[in-house]
Amino acid sequence: MIETPTKKRDEAVGKSQRGTEESVAVKWILISVALAFCVVFLMLPLVNVFVQALAKGWSFYWAALTHPDSWAAIRLTLLVSAISVPLNVLFGFAASWAIAKFEFRGKSFLITLIDLPFSVSPVVAGLMFVLLFGLQGFFGEWLDARNVHIVFAVPGIVLATVFITFPFVARELIPVMQATGTEQEQAALTLGANGWQTFWHVTLPSVKWGLLYGIILCNARAMGEFGAVSVVSGHITGQTDTMPLRVEKLYNEYNGQAAFAIASLLALLALVTLGLKTLLEWKQARDYRAASAASIPGGTP
Amino acid sequence: MSIELRGVTKKFGEVVAVKNVAFSVREGELMALLGPSGGGKTTVLRMIAGLEMPTTGDIFIRGQRVNDLSVQQRNIGFVFQNYALFKNMNVSKNIAFGLKVKKWNKAESQERVAELVKLFGLEGLERRYPQQLSGGQRQRVAIARALAPKPSVLLLDEPFGAVDAKIRQELRDWMVTMHHDLNVTTVFVTHDQEEALEVANRIVIFSRGLLEQVGTPREVYEQPSNEFVARFIGVMNVIEPEVRNGVARLGELEFPTHGVEEGQKLRIGFRPYSVQISSDLTAYRYRAILRRTFFLGVLLRVELELPSGLTIRARMSKEEYAAHALEDGSEVSFQLRNYRVLAREAGALPPESDLTYSSPAGFAENI
Repeated sequence: MIETPTKKRDEAVGKSQRGTEESVAVKWILISVALAFCVVFLMLPLVNVFVQALAKGWSFYWAALTHPDSWAAIRLTLLVSAISVPLNVLFGFAASWAIAKFEFRGKSFLITLIDLPFSVSPVVAGLMFVLLFGLQGFFGEWLDARNVHIVFAVPGIVLATVFITFPFVARELIPVMQATGTEQEQAALTLGANGWQTFWHVTLPSVKWGLLYGIILCNARAMGEFGAVSVVSGHITGQTDTMPLRVEKLYNEYNGQAAFAIASLLALLALVTLGLKTLLEWKQARDYRAASAASIPGGTP
Repeated sequence: MSIELRGVTKKFGEVVAVKNVAFSVREGELMALLGPSGGGKTTVLRMIAGLEMPTTGDIFIRGQRVNDLSVQQRNIGFVFQNYALFKNMNVSKNIAFGLKVKKWNKAESQERVAELVKLFGLEGLERRYPQQLSGGQRQRVAIARALAPKPSVLLLDEPFGAVDAKIRQELRDWMVTMHHDLNVTTVFVTHDQEEALEVANRIVIFSRGLLEQVGTPREVYEQPSNEFVARFIGVMNVIEPEVRNGVARLGELEFPTHGVEEGQKLRIGFRPYSVQISSDLTAYRYRAILRRTFFLGVLLRVELELPSGLTIRARMSKEEYAAHALEDGSEVSFQLRNYRVLAREAGALPPESDLTYSSPAGFAENI
């Protein structure tokens, strides 16, 4: 009776070894499938964007980018992200700090609320702002009387973008902050650090990777947002067209190469952020390895 | 006095975590705050540090009232239970942090860090990050970091809680040595009575937010001020004999009494080491059967069963045990070298939560 489990275990070991041998084929099939998907759905379209953009040569490409209306779209996109990303960093910090470090009533409601932009269609988000601030909207007349224009103007685009990118920084920071807890900060206080020193030397470094990742995602979305911005912008060429809107407009005007030229900039942005993220991760890993290598002679007691 | 607490009470909402506690720590002392979890000892430590504010009462550090001083202004060193090392900084930077925020100049700061690294045996580990250190190394870094800005007192929350049993002993020895060398007033929190007895100069015992006793390890062990302390520090046999014909009796055991009413019950306690055992059945007054033996290293714990069915615990050395050729089932004779009357009436002792340090009434040493 006692031998039976031992025997079974041996069989199990044998099976798992055979399983390993068999899985070589499975491994290659899985890798091929994943790779094929990446090539067909990610690499090909991306390469195509650049090929199409440069189809008529560099001079045409340059001309398409420096066209006054396109240039205005690029500037507007940069402006919108330059406003909405810092706002979201500020909000993300406040929200994640509150959620991770304090206990208060309505905490779970706040977490749900932060996720709202993920669950609302961007078009609906845009419409909300039109209904609030448009001429027929809730505050429309009051604002119009004071000559404040939000919808079909830059403030509306910023508002819509902030709304859409709302969760990115907070979502990245909350788990990191919760994992870190408050002990390191208390330790800093006992060592004589003031609030600012504690934040700068302890809190920020411990969440920097999460924060950076949040900013990268937030920025990419802020520059690339189409739906919500499309509803509130009014598509005034040279004034309220952001890059994605400009791409659509050029494409609809059968100006494919110019459309792809602007699109290539957005694609480039994606590649740069990806490269930046990889570089930062690599650097961090290198620091860590260097520290380990340097301390090997010390040994462990 | 290095630290003094006067009538300190701390409430968290309706819950009273610490109730009217007063004690003081002398300059250079190594003091343990001991008690079961939830006893309020960590809250007391955090109030001394300024991480919690007392609801009422005053705290003094080196004669200065610190109630209104923030954590930063109190000049204390605090070591957290899980060390709370800065994960993004290496060992040197962790130790130097307190100096950096206090604007020490670079040369002095480097010198101080080097001094501590050497003192704490951390050479070669300066560039390591906390996650690359062993538990014992982390603790040493945490203490070095706390001591770097030359605090007036060092406070440690369960310093041995986060390391495994094997290196705990090593760390205890190391802490005693460190304290001896540096002579910094040190207060540490522990729930382990053995640890407190072994490491501390004096012990403050808490239970349910109340201070039960302050004393040297020897005092709290040999003269516990109440039953809680007696039971918490070491093992104690507690019995409730009834007084008949002027003698308190339970089974075979008899205790002389003075001025206790007939029919009253007493609570009597005696330590296992007070039980003297012999294989010579005529040597002592009482008879018992040795039921079970527990090997504890140098000492053995034995359980004696009296003819009446009463079971008591005793302690004896390995040599003694061998000399009397004892084994489970042996018949032995024994006597009690000393015992304590814990309360005049069984059940007369107030519940634990109402015990106070100032009521050691009726704790006379008999015999």
